[in-house]
Amino acid sequence: MMNTNLHTRKDQSTAEGAGGQASYGRFKQSGVDTTHGAILYLESISVIFDGFKALNDLSLDIGVGELRCIIGPNGAGKTTMMDVITGKTKPTSGSAYFGQSIDLTKMHEAQIADVGIGRKFQRPTVFEQHTVFENLELAMKMNKRVRPTLFARLTGTQKDKIAETLELLRLTQEYQRPAGLLSHGQKQWLEIGMLLMQEPLLLLLDEPVAGMTDAETERTGELLNDLRGKHSLMVVEHDMDFVNQIAQDGKVTVLCEGSVLAEGTMAQVQNDERVIEVYLGR
Amino acid sequence: MNSLSNNLQPRSMGPLFSAKAWTAIILVTAVFACLPILNLSFAPGHTLHISAYTIGLIGKFTCYAMAALALDLVWGYAGILSLGHGLFFALGGYGMGMYLMRAGKSSPDIVPDFMTFLSWKAYPWFWSFTEHFWYAMLLVLLVPGLLAFIFGYFAFRSRIKGVYFSIITQALTFAAMLLFFRNETGFGGNNGFTDFKRILGFDITSPQTRAALYWLSLGALLAALILGRAITQSKLGRVLTAIRDAESRLRFLGYEPLGFKLFVWTVSAMICGVAGALYVPQVGIINPGEMSTENSIEMVIWVATGGRGTLIGPIVGAGVINGLKTWFTSALPEFWLYALGLIFVLVTLFLPQGIVGLIRRLGRREKALS
Repeated sequence: MMNTNLHTRKDQSTAEGAGGQASYGRFKQSGVDTTHGAILYLESISVIFDGFKALNDLSLDIGVGELRCIIGPNGAGKTTMMDVITGKTKPTSGSAYFGQSIDLTKMHEAQIADVGIGRKFQRPTVFEQHTVFENLELAMKMNKRVRPTLFARLTGTQKDKIAETLELLRLTQEYQRPAGLLSHGQKQWLEIGMLLMQEPLLLLLDEPVAGMTDAETERTGELLNDLRGKHSLMVVEHDMDFVNQIAQDGKVTVLCEGSVLAEGTMAQVQNDERVIEVYLGR
Repeated sequence: MNSLSNNLQPRSMGPLFSAKAWTAIILVTAVFACLPILNLSFAPGHTLHISAYTIGLIGKFTCYAMAALALDLVWGYAGILSLGHGLFFALGGYGMGMYLMRAGKSSPDIVPDFMTFLSWKAYPWFWSFTEHFWYAMLLVLLVPGLLAFIFGYFAFRSRIKGVYFSIITQALTFAAMLLFFRNETGFGGNNGFTDFKRILGFDITSPQTRAALYWLSLGALLAALILGRAITQSKLGRVLTAIRDAESRLRFLGYEPLGFKLFVWTVSAMICGVAGALYVPQVGIINPGEMSTENSIEMVIWVATGGRGTLIGPIVGAGVINGLKTWFTSALPEFWLYALGLIFVLVTLFLPQGIVGLIRRLGRREKALS
């Protein structure tokens, strides 16, 4: 399943410009079939650790280009959900599809990253010994197998792309610094930048503003709003002001005890009795 | 945007070596390459004469340096600590030894004494074609390479890391040593191979042959250094250091670490095999003692002392530690192991970047002062 998808994608890139294949070719171009408007489907996912239900019959889908905020009290299963999507944890039952046809539960982390799901961790994880530039270079979308990596040379367009991303992250001045020397906020941005370099279709962001100053939080909000529409985003966050800033009229999903408690605009969710009870009212 | 992006360079992506480093490497190589000439052209007793013993010693150290460099590739860059590189070194040595055993006989079909004692009339199948030098050299590369590949595949696929991996490499080496100690294995048991006479028709003890072996070792070390540098300067090198620092992060970027680890691990084992093959004709013996635990651990100390993740460091470290060892084992033999242990402790505590790290730090300080 997985392999056929990768192959069609590769074949497609070589067949490009050769005419032929017509509409079929365009339809498979990204390797992800989003004809039904959704990029991610989670269908009755359960994850049980030693009898504890981290996720309990969770169903959720994310539309193409949507920015979805996920909120919920501690232990609601937000991080576990991301683990399932990115292949770190296998669900006990249920299914997870990327587009119409890619079964995420059968793939491992690198394959999932390769089909276009990028993830930012709660704690910023960048390669501290590598420079900012090298971090972005490593993340850049390209063939990431051994031989092409050994002989890889940066092309002009690739350098431009890194320069653009540096600009967007406001890290141009720091591009030669080891990433370990950046401030906490800058590391978070660098990690978001690394995700962008992967050109993912779906970005998962786990508490992107945790530990940031107000100014940094504001700036991150702007950054995410820039990305709205270009990528599909799923943002897990505790900071309500920040969720307000980025959710706008988009949907917010409230998780509780491993399943969806409520879904709607921020205003709707904030007025939902059950939500107030378990989360906001506290 | 364009002018900006033109100036962008990853720190580690310049030319292979800087002009200054190239000059230093060529100078040092040239100096060492001259030594056998001094041995050959000046009679013993002359002030410029260098003894055959010294040439043999430096030739041996060159092979050690190559093994250390191979270990640095996996340990210093990919963070994989091997306590079994002595095995790859010894396997390369045995590959060369098989050829030398047969090359010294009046006919390559005459079996060595240890086989006669086992009442084997002919060479067993795994000795086939070893009378041909090039086939034996192929074994020198392929046997360590293949063993490393198969072992590495299963270990890395199971995501065995850190100290667990190190212990398994140690166990593998120990098991191999026990196997080679058995006479029935067909590699001469605990005596191994010795009493070599000729290599490619040349008398193996003549000063000219010894000089040629010395130059070959020096050339091989230089080639290994350039190969190692090319690997670590490539994007693959940056992936390796990323594996060392944050392997799971790398997975989420879409890299599968297995292939990268396997690549560098196998290349390292093959370099180590070549080092072993060049070592054996110069010291004139190979036996299972080369697979002993101490040998592999000593290699780790060479790398640590010289400075891991630097490639040059392990070469320096192998030279310094073995120089000390040579001095100690003649002057104060019973204290050598204490001294080695002390060096390792001191390096770990005060020189985590090794000798090369110390020199770099002093260089930076000087720059800051001036």
